[in-house]
Amino acid sequence: MNGITGFELFWWVILPYLALATFVIGHIWRYRYDQFGWTSRSTQLQEKRWLKWGSPIFHYGTFAAIGGHVIGILIPESWTHAIGIPEVAYRWFSAGAGTLAAVLVIVGVAILAGRRLFVTRVRATTSPVDWLALILLAIVIAMGIAETVGVNLLGSGYDYRQSVALWFRGLFVGNPDVAAIAHAPLLYQVHATAAWAVIAVWPFSRLVHAWSYPVWYLWRPFVVYRSRVAAPPNEPGTSGRRWRKIGARY
Amino acid sequence: MRIMAQVCMVMNLDKCIGCHTCTVTCKQTWTNRPGTEYVYFNNVETKPGLGYPARYEDQEQWKGGWELDRKGRLRLKGGSRLKRLATIFYNPDLPTIDDYHDPFTYDYASLINAPAGTKSPSVSARSALTGREMTPKWGTNWEDDLAGAPGRALGDPNIEAMAEKVKMDFESVFMFYLPRICEHCLNPSCVASCPSGAMYKREEDGIVLVDQDRCRGWRFCVSGCPYKKVYFNHRTGKAEKCTLCFPRIEAGLPTICSETCVGRLRYLGLVLYDADAVTAAAATADAQDLYEAQLQVFLDPNDPAVAAEAERQGIPHDWVAAARRSPAYALIVRHRVALPLHPEFRTMPMVWYVPPLSPVADVTAAAGYNEDNPDNIFAAIDTLRIPVEYLANLFTAGRVAPVRDALRRLAMVRTVMRAHQLGTHPDVDPADVGLSDDDAEDLFRLLAIARYEDRYVVPPAHAENAGRLLAQHSMSGCSLDEEGGPGMGGAGPEPEAVPGFHLQRQESADDSVAGRDQRGRLHLVVSERPSPGPLGPATLGGAG
Repeated sequence: MNGITGFELFWWVILPYLALATFVIGHIWRYRYDQFGWTSRSTQLQEKRWLKWGSPIFHYGTFAAIGGHVIGILIPESWTHAIGIPEVAYRWFSAGAGTLAAVLVIVGVAILAGRRLFVTRVRATTSPVDWLALILLAIVIAMGIAETVGVNLLGSGYDYRQSVALWFRGLFVGNPDVAAIAHAPLLYQVHATAAWAVIAVWPFSRLVHAWSYPVWYLWRPFVVYRSRVAAPPNEPGTSGRRWRKIGARY
Repeated sequence: MRIMAQVCMVMNLDKCIGCHTCTVTCKQTWTNRPGTEYVYFNNVETKPGLGYPARYEDQEQWKGGWELDRKGRLRLKGGSRLKRLATIFYNPDLPTIDDYHDPFTYDYASLINAPAGTKSPSVSARSALTGREMTPKWGTNWEDDLAGAPGRALGDPNIEAMAEKVKMDFESVFMFYLPRICEHCLNPSCVASCPSGAMYKREEDGIVLVDQDRCRGWRFCVSGCPYKKVYFNHRTGKAEKCTLCFPRIEAGLPTICSETCVGRLRYLGLVLYDADAVTAAAATADAQDLYEAQLQVFLDPNDPAVAAEAERQGIPHDWVAAARRSPAYALIVRHRVALPLHPEFRTMPMVWYVPPLSPVADVTAAAGYNEDNPDNIFAAIDTLRIPVEYLANLFTAGRVAPVRDALRRLAMVRTVMRAHQLGTHPDVDPADVGLSDDDAEDLFRLLAIARYEDRYVVPPAHAENAGRLLAQHSMSGCSLDEEGGPGMGGAGPEPEAVPGFHLQRQESADDSVAGRDQRGRLHLVVSERPSPGPLGPATLGGAG
């Protein structure tokens, strides 16, 4: 870790860890204290013609993009080398599949952002934290598409698996390669920074609905019965749903 | 056999005058909040008409309820579970706000603050969604009393099959009111549609509720309910529905729509049913047999074997006793004058309707009613102003016979009781329509006299265990209320009787402190002691 400035250490190590801590603690807090606010916040009631196309395209495109990140960032380059995939082949796959995902995401997000901005009924439901999450997501997506299409498909290419990926994986084993990200192109730096911001904002936004994808619906009995039980009293210091200062009247 | 108890409602459509008092009091109680402006747990529709939301009864369009697959098995009309999870990002069957109505209000302040002048100030409607000016184009009562019917009412899904027979001209037009709440079905498709498992049917009383903390706003319940009685709160992003006023039901009180019904046309009572038989009954091959199939699911509380088995399975003794006195059971099973709303949706609805008879009398009177020949009225039933086929499309999936039988029984009660009143002898035999003299008297008592005590037989909830739990937290009553302590227990002084407020008095008499007395009852919501009086209901928001 030679030749790293204090700023680089702060920006590429401390901030990511802060974001991760916010992500974990924020989710625990939100889950315990704001079940009532934990929802996908659908606006289909207000507008469905654009949502019909925008929402599925955006979500499936995002799943493809997340899958691509798992392959590209979490799986080390040495592993793909070991099974005989050369860097050039990988990059063409990455650029091709990534571009497909990028097109889906960009079309989806264009439709969704358009209806959120220009359909009055939808715009009226949007809260400040929604706007924040949307803007951060927009930055992440714009930079990600610029990397995939501009650098890897049309440009000279950049082997992020030798740099950005090393730093990212290193964060999770306590040995991040700060120099690698610090010397990466600006596009990648902005992309990574905005992504950490999204991670930090996640538990406080509607993005939490991602963790509620109801897979267990597949094997649950159709009709749910529940016995009427007395609810346990709220935890002292809370009204049950909202955070209150300890000792405040409730 | 798994015996369960269900709080069931019956509405006597003959008596509904369409005053919307039920709607208003329900709205004031439950949905007078931002986000629920367009939500009506209770609404009153003029039939024929499109209903609310528009054309909700047309399941080819909305895909609510159940259907049978090729092998005759029950499945959700909205599609398989896998399909739902794959298409969770967009629900193709969800109505938009315009199918209900863009909720609007008025800028009343500008009226009040208008400067003095010769012209009356006026305001235009403002959307509650956007705050902008708007023009209302449709709403929950848009077609009240057949408003706009010549152009619109033929779009009623119940009428389309018989359109050539129905005319909307002035001479032959007909109408009646249909108050609707959640059906609290035995086989609820909204519950089955909810991927989060947030919706549930209560084991004790069958009330279907949405757990607001577990709802994630996937919206499949809204499209899954064929009656469109689950609504999406556009502010909270959660589903909400009629609660059958469970805090009142738990306290042994009728729902607010029933309590305030001007026509006194609502009945509440328990029905015991075999939960294990529900799915098979709902999968009956011919939709027109579903009415009979649902009757077979109900159990006779007067049967000692049923009563003993019910108590063995944990249904409290006083609930079984209440089931014997249930007006719902009497109207549905014993007298067979109440019918389910759209049984073809296969959800086994539990809000039933006594079909309207009144226009029959008008028709016969116009045709020269002959007192010596009351049979005239039966002949008229097939030619009455409200076509029997229309009622059959509403209540029996199109089979006319059960509707005709119910109407004939209602007509018979009138004939028999009129003869009793006049001291004459009716030359008709009630047995012809399957009634005994006692039955006719009983129906007269239930439908015509309709005393409060006969209309609402709602046993209070048993919450002994809940009482113990709460007592541990010193939340059930006064901590000084100990044996020998300053509070000395007991129910306190007799409250003054308030006319018209019918809380069951024996409750406070045997309601010792619930935490100590295992047989004592604790109302979950009405703190520990019902306090009849004008302020009684105000305590309902208490320790829930």
